[in-house]
Amino acid sequence: MSEVLSELFTPLTYAFIQRGLLAALMVGVLCSVIGCYIVLRSMAFLGDAMAHAVLPGVAVAYLLGRNLTLGALAAALVVALGVGLFSRRGAIKEDTAIGVLFAAALSLGVAMISSIRTYAVDLSHILFGNVLGVSSSDLWLTAVMGALVLIAILVFYRQFLVISFDPVLAATLRIKVGFFNNLLLILLALTIVISMQTVGVGLVAAMLVTPAATAYLLVRRLPSMMVLSGLIGGVSSLVGLFASYHLNVASGAAIVLTATGFFLLAFLFAPQRGFIWGVSRRRPA
Amino acid sequence: MSNRESLLTDIVPLPAEPARLEMENVRVSYNGQLALQDLSFQVPHGARLAVVGPNGAGKTTLFKALVGLVQLKIGHIRIHGEPLGHHQDCVAYVPQREEVDWRFPVTVTDVVMMGRFGQQGFLRRPGKEDHAAVGHSLDQLGIADLGKRPIGELSGGQQQRVFLARALAQEPHILLMDEPFTGVDITTQEATLELLEHLQTQQVTAMVSTHDLTLASERFDQVLLLNKRMIAYGPPEEVFTAPNLSQAFGSQVLFLDGVAVVDQCCPPEGDVGDV
Repeated sequence: MSEVLSELFTPLTYAFIQRGLLAALMVGVLCSVIGCYIVLRSMAFLGDAMAHAVLPGVAVAYLLGRNLTLGALAAALVVALGVGLFSRRGAIKEDTAIGVLFAAALSLGVAMISSIRTYAVDLSHILFGNVLGVSSSDLWLTAVMGALVLIAILVFYRQFLVISFDPVLAATLRIKVGFFNNLLLILLALTIVISMQTVGVGLVAAMLVTPAATAYLLVRRLPSMMVLSGLIGGVSSLVGLFASYHLNVASGAAIVLTATGFFLLAFLFAPQRGFIWGVSRRRPA
Repeated sequence: MSNRESLLTDIVPLPAEPARLEMENVRVSYNGQLALQDLSFQVPHGARLAVVGPNGAGKTTLFKALVGLVQLKIGHIRIHGEPLGHHQDCVAYVPQREEVDWRFPVTVTDVVMMGRFGQQGFLRRPGKEDHAAVGHSLDQLGIADLGKRPIGELSGGQQQRVFLARALAQEPHILLMDEPFTGVDITTQEATLELLEHLQTQQVTAMVSTHDLTLASERFDQVLLLNKRMIAYGPPEEVFTAPNLSQAFGSQVLFLDGVAVVDQCCPPEGDVGDV
């Protein structure tokens, strides 16, 4: 037994794996907490588009010799604001605007990165993450930015709750709806950029949605949904990373698949909202 | 000093105090189209005002303009003689049931507590008086036993009462209700009307949009008849005349033996066209 355990936890003796685990844990919790708003406000597609916009942002920052993280952040925000601009006047629907910008950003990113022959960062690392390549300074950046995002979510809990649940009430209470919508987008962009290295832009949307959707099936109040979602996200990251080491599969994929496993369990067995509960209720007594 | 007491002393009408709510030549456009124009009227203290008109007449737009969600093209709205924005926290709004996301993970108490956020300030935790106001509102609507239930598990009538309780907890001077009598049981309808009567004794002004012309003429003091512009405003017996109704409802009005009948059954689901 103890041999199995020591075998299981062997990876913890490596410093780069310890860093990877910490980064994955922070990102898992962060994505899952802010993800509650993504799920409740039906912003999953927007989150995905912002994540893919990171690609050209990184490329442009590299070409200009600027900070890659700032480039990624700026690009994610440009896409978020662009979606608002395209759909505000009602010219096209929001999901159409997202679809257009999403594809454009991804293509632009691939085109630019493929043209930079000397580019040291592998495209697949941005797309699917490289959690074991996390440096100490990356870890600090993740911790500071992640803490900022979580504090903002906590401090402005009521504002985000009211603008998400009832924008009209928000207006009567003199909450600046536009300001807090934009703040949420900025927090989302920060989260995506922090997640780039652990799960990659291709999979961050899953971490934004899957743990929150799982928690939604299990509890009935937003605060408990956020706590449970963060817990599911954190556990998925740890379990996924261990699985990726022992099964030798990509870490981002292993983390997302673990979260998906939790979601399927909740979908099947959740009290009241679960599939099996529904089937057994429909059966005539 | 509780907020409720301060509310009551605040609203003792002074002889020279301006009307609670004034519209002056208001024009609103929505998505580039003219949605409302020529709106000029004054609602006195504690009046119960029914807002009546066909689908798409601009009833919801009027309410959204009143809470500052839609900008005025021209004209002025004044509350207690002050322009909008000075008094937004004294306006409470009860939305149409179709506008609410009933799957949102909040309980009845959570929703009613939201009505207190304006009084509390946004960074303070709810205090004793907030919990008391929420409890009082739930009691008054007869839903105190539902406090811990998620809103999605309630019946239609109960859901409506939750939002009425929230409006009450806001301690408003002006209460806006969008179609509260559509699709609710008779008990809830009566509870709503009784609440309006009770609020009137506290000098709260209520503006209620409704399709039910009988209810509008029997249970309200004033009627605003709309069809993209103001057609008439005044006591029901002055507003509900044959020419006014024809002007508002067009071919939907039938005149049978001198009685006007407005055929507005089967309005589109959720008043989709009513902007």
